[in-house]
Amino acid sequence: MTRVVNRIPGRGAGIALGLVPFVATALLYLVGSQVRSAANPDDKLLPTPARLAETLRTYAAHEDVRSGQVLFWVDTAASLERLTLALVISAALGLLIGLAVGTVPVLRAALAPFVAALAMIPPLAILPILFIVLGLGELAKVALIVIGLTPVIARDISLRAGELPAEQLVKAQTLGASSWQLVSRVILPQMWPRLIDVVRLQLGAAWLFLIAAEAIASTDGLGYRIFLVRRYLAMDVILPYVAWITLLALVIDWLLRQLRARAFAWAR
Amino acid sequence: MACVTAKGLWKSYGEHVVLENINLEIGEHEFVTIVGASGCGKSTLLRLLVGMEKPSRGALLIDGQPVPPEPGANRGIVFQQYSPFPHLTVLGNMLLGLELRSSRFLGRLFGERRRAAIRKADQLLEIVGLTSARAKYPAQLSGGMQQRLSIAQSVICEPRLLLLDEPFGALDPGLTADMHKLILELWSANRMAVFMTTHDLQEAFHLGTRLIVLDKVRHDPQAPDAYGSRVTYDLRLHRATELRVALTA
Repeated sequence: MTRVVNRIPGRGAGIALGLVPFVATALLYLVGSQVRSAANPDDKLLPTPARLAETLRTYAAHEDVRSGQVLFWVDTAASLERLTLALVISAALGLLIGLAVGTVPVLRAALAPFVAALAMIPPLAILPILFIVLGLGELAKVALIVIGLTPVIARDISLRAGELPAEQLVKAQTLGASSWQLVSRVILPQMWPRLIDVVRLQLGAAWLFLIAAEAIASTDGLGYRIFLVRRYLAMDVILPYVAWITLLALVIDWLLRQLRARAFAWAR
Repeated sequence: MACVTAKGLWKSYGEHVVLENINLEIGEHEFVTIVGASGCGKSTLLRLLVGMEKPSRGALLIDGQPVPPEPGANRGIVFQQYSPFPHLTVLGNMLLGLELRSSRFLGRLFGERRRAAIRKADQLLEIVGLTSARAKYPAQLSGGMQQRLSIAQSVICEPRLLLLDEPFGALDPGLTADMHKLILELWSANRMAVFMTTHDLQEAFHLGTRLIVLDKVRHDPQAPDAYGSRVTYDLRLHRATELRVALTA
């Protein structure tokens, strides 16, 4: 009898095993919603699949009576726009600061303690400041995500840059590299895959900040909608929205992984 | 004309003396092999030569000038590992040195200059037997291939001094004979002095025109770090050289 740690499931068995928790959760929900709707056809807590589909259709395929917009897609576009903008800005800033801290000792001395302190500020605690200073527009929401993500990305990149073997950097210098060439031709190219990894890891935090910002001050967006309909206990809206957010996050994650695998084949 | 001169060279880390009173005169185009027990300061001597460390006392000169306090293009180095750049292909690794020196800002070459650089790289890849691996990344190469790449990568820059820090220490014993032939070929084809540290005395005799043994002469059992290594043997291996050049010619 082989040890459990050595028993590796085949491809088919692996997929089947992976599906088990999903199916179990779905079944649990189905049973729950059946039981509740049998007792009360107007139950709000666990709406039936038919009810969920109906509501989703109203939101995704019909114009809203009041605003004339198809809310589901308007919300999605608004949230994705904020999220991508914030991800791009924080990745760029984080990479820049991380490279500076990780490669230039003078800049490390000047910036590392500040970045470390900055990273400890709970971004949600300064959300009011952002709203006061930047107003309630898009800028404050994007800024919240950027403030939340940039220090983490910067610290990760500076750590990774510091982990490059000293031998490699010495070698590059013996090949004639200047400081600038060392960063641009040796260090930066090796940081790209790492940048993608850290952005992937920070996707969860990014969504958290996005939804928090939208919940507090917004007129559209996935987070805004969820918190708006909460007042009416509209689980039939909230659940599809949450599922949709999860799906979007998974797709973004998958896209980043594909990008890493294709663009940086050497890093596998 | 001496290529490398050490005059009363000391290196210590705090109380810990590693090298004491090293005096050497190394001529041009010598192949210096440095042997000694682990921790005797072989690698420290190379680190001093490449500029990763500064002498604590005394002088270390290359062509009459003190070694600059940072690594530079006239001194190539090959470490036991980690040398090739993982994000560049074999060809990219070979081109890097040429690109860095002729394109200060972009660090890249284009057009005719790039083609010329590729021709030069291909010639050397042929010599080190990596032509077929030219498009591969270092992670796809064996340890021996990576070392050959790392050596070729330094040699293409035509350094004054090539420093090899136990370059074959991590390799399969079966591979070292090929590597020896290769390094001698490259050494005789280029006007450079080679400094190579090794554990292997036989290798040191086989390759060197000059064999240097580092060892502690003085011991204080109460303070094991108080004394460093000196040059205990400094042998000129002339006959071997002529024989070898004849063999490789």
